Amino acid sequence: MGASQARTEHPYQDLMDKTGCNDMFGSKEDLASIPALDNNPLRKQIITAFFDKRNQHENQVGFFEEIGFEQFVMVMSHFRAPTLKTSEEEREVMRKEKLRFLFNMHDTDNDGTITLEEYRKVVEELLSKSGALGLEAAKAIADAAMLEVASTNVPHMAPDDFYEGITFEHFEQILKGLEMETRMHIRFLDVDTTTMRCGKTTS
Amino acid sequence: GAPLRLPLRTGSGPVLLLLLLLLVSVGSAIHDAVSGTNGTNVDPHHQSNSSGTKKPFPVLSFNYDHVRMPFEISLWILLALLMKLGFHIIPRVSHVVPESCLLIVVGLLVGGFIKAIGEEAPILDSKLFFLYLLPPIILDAGYFLPIRAFTENMGTILVFAVVGTLWNSFFIGGMMYGVCQIESAQLGAVDLLSCLHFGCIISAVDPVAVLAVFEEIHIHELLYILVFGESLLNDAVTVVLYHLFEEFSHAGTVTVGDAFLGVICFFVVSLGGIMVGAIYGLLGAFTSRFTSHTRVIEPLFVFLYSYMAYLSAEVFHLSGIMSLIACGVMMRPYVEANISHKSYTTIKYFLKMWSSVSETLIFIFLGVSTVAGPHAWNWTFVIFTVIICLVSRVLGVIGLTYVINKFRIVKLTKKDQFIVAYGGLRGAIAFSLGFLLTNSQVKHMFLTAIITVIFFTVFVQGMTIRPLVELLAVKRKKESKRSINEEIHTQFLDHLLTGIEGICGHYGHHHWKDKLNRFNKTYVKRWLIAGDRSTEPQLISFYNKLEMKQAIMLVESGSGAKLPTTVSAISMQNVQPKEAPRQRVIPTISKSREQEIRKILRANLQNTRQRLRSYSRHDLMIDPFEDNMSEIRFRRQKVEMQRRMSHYLTVPANRQETPPVRKVCFEPEHQVYNYDAIAIESPRGRDSRPTPSSPNDVSLLNESPQKPNQSSTTRAAGDVELRVKTEDEQEEQDQLKLSRCLSDPGPNQEGEGGSSFRS
Repeated sequence: MGASQARTEHPYQDLMDKTGCNDMFGSKEDLASIPALDNNPLRKQIITAFFDKRNQHENQVGFFEEIGFEQFVMVMSHFRAPTLKTSEEEREVMRKEKLRFLFNMHDTDNDGTITLEEYRKVVEELLSKSGALGLEAAKAIADAAMLEVASTNVPHMAPDDFYEGITFEHFEQILKGLEMETRMHIRFLDVDTTTMRCGKTTS
Repeated sequence: GAPLRLPLRTGSGPVLLLLLLLLVSVGSAIHDAVSGTNGTNVDPHHQSNSSGTKKPFPVLSFNYDHVRMPFEISLWILLALLMKLGFHIIPRVSHVVPESCLLIVVGLLVGGFIKAIGEEAPILDSKLFFLYLLPPIILDAGYFLPIRAFTENMGTILVFAVVGTLWNSFFIGGMMYGVCQIESAQLGAVDLLSCLHFGCIISAVDPVAVLAVFEEIHIHELLYILVFGESLLNDAVTVVLYHLFEEFSHAGTVTVGDAFLGVICFFVVSLGGIMVGAIYGLLGAFTSRFTSHTRVIEPLFVFLYSYMAYLSAEVFHLSGIMSLIACGVMMRPYVEANISHKSYTTIKYFLKMWSSVSETLIFIFLGVSTVAGPHAWNWTFVIFTVIICLVSRVLGVIGLTYVINKFRIVKLTKKDQFIVAYGGLRGAIAFSLGFLLTNSQVKHMFLTAIITVIFFTVFVQGMTIRPLVELLAVKRKKESKRSINEEIHTQFLDHLLTGIEGICGHYGHHHWKDKLNRFNKTYVKRWLIAGDRSTEPQLISFYNKLEMKQAIMLVESGSGAKLPTTVSAISMQNVQPKEAPRQRVIPTISKSREQEIRKILRANLQNTRQRLRSYSRHDLMIDPFEDNMSEIRFRRQKVEMQRRMSHYLTVPANRQETPPVRKVCFEPEHQVYNYDAIAIESPRGRDSRPTPSSPNDVSLLNESPQKPNQSSTTRAAGDVELRVKTEDEQEEQDQLKLSRCLSDPGPNQEGEGGSSFRS
């Protein structure tokens, strides 16, 4: 864990020195005021993810009120990309980490499974910018998706069984084909320091 | 598919071959005979009786000249297709040897045969190639290009295409000039410009050959798109260099200004080509918006606009290939939203068909041309060409990858580099360009060398790439289809990454993609997509498409067949949180009963169809399953049904009756069509005792709930699809019946009282 932090902390160390911000990002409102997120349907979830204690890898639950630089970097470390030197096991670990991040974003009540309600919420948020038509279809889509997860993972359920929700293992299984470790990344080194927010609202 | 089992399996291939050679020779013989007797066999209508003696009325006359051209063309195409058919019947050969090789061999044989009987074999005419044979292949490739992979790797592809091709041309040209200086080779006549010209012709990776070979090895999408994308985009470079060197060889001298103009020309050619293609693409998309009443000609618009884009680009010496690709890429999302499903299928199949025929013909003609063309074999030149081509390709790929990997997140491994280098096949484009050379002094020598390189790459590299891929354990193509979970998460990731980038203030890949999408949604879609589909978000269109596909699968698979995806006995009830204790009276009907019902339904549908239809050659058959009106109604009713389903699912069932099986269904197309016009002798009042069907016969189906305040026991009928009611029909027994419900066996099925299959 220390190693992973160190790798991303490097560019940010300069960043912090350059911008002179010691107490970045403050509270949720500060993050929420970033204009770049305005058109994003996943705005709330993204912001919540920064404050989610589960993403700090310290086995805590709950939410922070304010986050500091370390927590920010910890969350950002989920978006590293593998290099040519990353071994197979490290890739596996990375993939699990990223999937865990996504899972935490979906599993809002932290019971270890994504229930149908939570999944519906996810799809609704995705389609939230599309008006009434979206909401109708969102339910159908979420239902179909849930069904798909159930049928691929537990194909022989008796009619009376109840599929509680998507567990982390099932989640990994269905997203196997997407190769998370190569998809879920951003390019850190190109980050433009002048636009980094320092916990102050900018318009 | 599986090879057909003919009674004479191993003997059939050669027999087929012989038969066709016979056919072709007969054709040529006829041609010969006709041209020999042409003088006397003038058009019989204008036969003059000036000789005096009255000829008897010709009962049977022979006039081959009249149909000669189309006849021969058809004969050739038929030959090509029969050959293709033959290969797939012979089981073993097609596994080892790629089809392109076999076709070239056939071409060689046919060419040899024709030459042997003293005829003049047709050569792969450049005009024929560039105007008729090449566009279908490129259009097919461009229309179905995987956009996401392509744009994500655009930088890499461009570097390979532009820089790689430039490097190859100059390296090969330069080295060959060096070779020509060797005293012993007697190649002194070849000057630098000609060598460079030669270099640029032979350096281009050929899309036809790449497609032909890569299609069979099912490689990982990234590698496929790298090599294939490179083969498409290097057309601009090839065009510019070719014309450049041609001009220079006429002018004799090269100045710096000329070189500078060359660079400008490159940008004009590529960007101009793309722009032309984009304009035609948008026009095509716009036209498709209005075709809702004339569905029959929809595919033609796609084809014609694309072809016009190609030809228009060729008029100005812009890159026709890039124009065609741009047109297809631009047009596709909007056209697909507008056209009917049948048109979509038509477009897909016609493109595949034409490109298949083209490809086959190209390879056969390559073989024939090899035999026919005048050759000037020069050992040194040819051997060195082959070696230098290989070396140049390998060096180019390695060097460029080293640079590219500094900018890529997903680096290219050594294996990837090897495949990219090894997959740089040359093909018919190089041949045709060589054929267009005007400098006849060295033309034959160049052509010979080009053909040798083509043969080498297609045969040696084409044949060995498959075992090498397996040996190196290169990642293969993902077989499974896109699932809806993957689609949801792809979209989710897109937004997530855009958001994270926004937080960091980084205007990266995702940011611009997001901006483009929003621009697309607010402005472009509104103009180019008809009706309310213009506001449909991508996830929903994906979901609809998936449903449609499942529906069609259900329809096609017929009665009782097990659908591969639905073998599990999971249904919505397993996923839904349990609400009130449910009575599991799930009605089912026996298979035989279900068959009867289906038969009745089908018979009635046919009757009606016959009644409704009046014959017109230009009408599509009035098919209740593809009618416009039904489609709109389909969608509307689907939305309503979903509304009702969600209503039902949230309201606890508090009555005695059976909640129908809650299954999430991918609605078969049948289901929603309004059969008002059709009198269905439904098994009304037929009392079908439910019997438990086997647990395997589960299909996903959409069961619409009834109104909550109904009391009766309505059975989810087996698969009687009767009518879909609109909300106004409020009856006690309001049914939304479903089709093809083979429901899950629940515990209590007997004892269900009178059912009514009501419509």
